[in-house]
Amino acid sequence: MSASTIIFYIVSALVLVFGAMSVFTRMIFRAAIYLLFSLIGIAGIYILMNMDFIAALQVLIYVGGIIVLIIFSIFLTHQSGDKLPKPLFKRIVVAAGMSAFGLILTLGVFYRTAFKATTEMGVDHSARNIGRQMLDYHHHGYVYPFEIVSFLLLAALVGCIVIAVKIKNK
Amino acid sequence: MEQVPLAHLLILSSALFFLGVYGFFTRRNMITMLMSVELILNSVNINFIAFNKYLFPNQLEGIFFTLFIIAVAAAEVSLAIAIIINLFRKFNTVDVEEVDTMKF
Repeated sequence: MSASTIIFYIVSALVLVFGAMSVFTRMIFRAAIYLLFSLIGIAGIYILMNMDFIAALQVLIYVGGIIVLIIFSIFLTHQSGDKLPKPLFKRIVVAAGMSAFGLILTLGVFYRTAFKATTEMGVDHSARNIGRQMLDYHHHGYVYPFEIVSFLLLAALVGCIVIAVKIKNK
Repeated sequence: MEQVPLAHLLILSSALFFLGVYGFFTRRNMITMLMSVELILNSVNINFIAFNKYLFPNQLEGIFFTLFIIAVAAAEVSLAIAIIINLFRKFNTVDVEEVDTMKF
């Protein structure tokens, strides 16, 4: 057991614990903070897998953008300190049964599948290589989805402003 | 990190996925449902990165899919929060049960 292996198990336990706390807690602001820690833990897992670029993006976009947006919307729509209502018992049973069934099914598939790890040399997944292949339009490049996603982001930006704007009636 | 088998990463991501599914079904508050969707998307990202790293290390496809998922998630969250704020202005609540104007 090397040090990075032990760190991986600790970080993944933290991710699961904070994810569970974010799902089960009845204080909505705490749920957002637990989700923040869970997402930071996932960034740590990416770093342990040597995916530095994805880890940086995870911290920038999820932690710096999405969680801040969620916290702002909690402040805009909730009184501080009031608890969420308890979910119905029937709904808890149905949801827990469905997720447990799905989890067991998925783990059974993993148990029966033998994943063959390759011994091939990996390509360098630095930000420079990723950017070069993403903007390539000859060999397996991704410039077309890149353009579509940029258009989607522009449309989402305009859509947010149109939906959330308050029209003053005179 | 080389000694961690791929199955353990998949177990982590599937546990996170079904935690998100559980939260999505039990929560009735729109913002917490949105947070559960974020958990689900993140678990899928872990899967893409793990498969890219362990099974196809000579390609970058998993990284691209993760990048696109992150971009689409950002667009989705911003739109959802705009809709939630607009609904709060009209109904004065963010509970999905009480927003039923379009229900037949």
